[in-house]
Amino acid sequence: MKSTGIISLGGLHFSYNGTQHPVLQDLSLEIPKAAVTAILGPNGSGKTTLLSILLGMLSPQEGTILINGRRREEYSRAAMSQFMGLVPQDEYFPFGFSVWEYVLLGRAPYLGLLERPGEADRIAATDALSKTGLAALRDRLVPSLSGGERQLATVARALAQKPRILLLDEPTSHLDLSNKRHVLRLIRTLAEDGVTIVITTHDPNAAASVADYIVLMRQGRTVAVGATDTTFNSENLSSTYGLPVEVMHVHERPVVLPL
Amino acid sequence: MSVVEEERHTGQRFRWLWLFVLAALIVSIFVGRYPTPYFMPPSCLWRDELARRLVLHLRFPRILTAFLMGMALSAAGAVMQIIFRNPLVCSGFLGVSQGAAFGAAFSIIFLSSSPMMIELSAVGFAFSALVVSYLLAWNIRYGDWVLRLVLAGIICSALFSSGVGVLKYLADPLRELPDIVFWLMGGLWAVTWRDFLYVFPIVTVSLLVIYLMRWRVNLLALRDDTAFSLGAAPGRERSVVLMAAVSATAVVVAVAGVVGWVGLIVPHVARRIVGADAQKVIPASMLIGGIFSLFCDNLARTLRAGEIPLGIVTSLFGALIFVVMFFRNDLRIHK
Repeated sequence: MKSTGIISLGGLHFSYNGTQHPVLQDLSLEIPKAAVTAILGPNGSGKTTLLSILLGMLSPQEGTILINGRRREEYSRAAMSQFMGLVPQDEYFPFGFSVWEYVLLGRAPYLGLLERPGEADRIAATDALSKTGLAALRDRLVPSLSGGERQLATVARALAQKPRILLLDEPTSHLDLSNKRHVLRLIRTLAEDGVTIVITTHDPNAAASVADYIVLMRQGRTVAVGATDTTFNSENLSSTYGLPVEVMHVHERPVVLPL
Repeated sequence: MSVVEEERHTGQRFRWLWLFVLAALIVSIFVGRYPTPYFMPPSCLWRDELARRLVLHLRFPRILTAFLMGMALSAAGAVMQIIFRNPLVCSGFLGVSQGAAFGAAFSIIFLSSSPMMIELSAVGFAFSALVVSYLLAWNIRYGDWVLRLVLAGIICSALFSSGVGVLKYLADPLRELPDIVFWLMGGLWAVTWRDFLYVFPIVTVSLLVIYLMRWRVNLLALRDDTAFSLGAAPGRERSVVLMAAVSATAVVVAVAGVVGWVGLIVPHVARRIVGADAQKVIPASMLIGGIFSLFCDNLARTLRAGEIPLGIVTSLFGALIFVVMFFRNDLRIHK
């Protein structure tokens, strides 16, 4: 992987409170700028924990995290949230925000505790809606949207943050084929616009179709790291998932088949 | 609808609400049992010295306290429903109402039946219930912080509720039990300017905190990791608004007793009128809650020569409104 990492992890070690079982062990990574990096692995391999550590919600017991060349701890919470956004696997919408109200929440990193969004925030939210193709749905209630539209609304909310790094946790896991393709295309477009994308997924086909770089993880350790075309092969994937898999190419795109 | 149109629309709704508030406050002055049942002609205010004194020393503080109580319970209910992501949570959650009820019953049996002693004991036990809920939540080894608080609130309410049951069992059935039962049904019959001035500063400061943080409260309805990624400190910010909501509720319950349904139903009505955004729901809840409490209290003190406990009236209308909203599928609650 390139050494121009916007995120650089060195020797990370993490286990949850009071447990001896390490979730991440001696994990070192360079995540390159303005590209899509997919963290791929079976359930329980430490992908979501890694995202929480990148976000700053969890602190590793050992190791260093550099974000854009500076130690993670040197960033204030507001500065970090202006730099890095999160699209969670699913979101709570107990009372039906409209799409507009929800996307506007993405401006929180730029507002103080008692402040409310102003004109600049509305412009940023409008921009995020048009980027995700949701402008026509701005008055709809988020819970009334389809799964794919809802996922796009979550991406739009994160884009309103104007992040340079966007973390997406299993962004396509609940989506049908058409919505999956839509979301993956949007991810590619964002990377081409200069946003660094980190996605976690347990779906190797989704990872192969969108990622420039692949990080294969198993039991908290990296199995293989590198460009998708060199790393995404039967041997690495078999080691990652612990079962024999075959990587075939259909229309020059890799497709994974468990044997 | 464009943003400008939407803001104009919301502004219009708030102007209507303010108009209703004004009308409710003015009408309430002339509603009562003296000098004539149901309605007092305005001319009595300068013709009848007793009527003027009654309005000034009894009706005014009662009206203002009822309005403040409605604002406090509704705003607290709205905040709690949002931060607990639970549409069935109300202002007395986390054991506050049951704690206050226990405190009042405890005072009637073991300390004194004077209103001041009952209020002090009620507010003391309401805050104790909050502390117990927090301690329980810290020590529960299950679920995230929100779920642990919900569980702790249920446990704490049940504990104090059983305590109230024990106190009722121990109470003198002729002397103490009627006082306890009447207090538990809620009411503002004993309210004076002293009570209003005791409630006013705490409720005002609490409501001001909630009002100023009204947009930020939206973040606390999201997942904690999302809120964190948006620069919020979910645990700390939730504690601040929760403390404001509980303080307002505890003080009001100490004076008015357990007045049910206001904190549950009013935020739903507000959501129906202005949408789900907390920056609109919270002020709308305050205004609607004030109007609703005034309306119910006017009925409670006017319908019969004897006072009807306020809690009965709020529960009756609250339940009816809830049923109508359910039938019309107007609740705007989602999974």
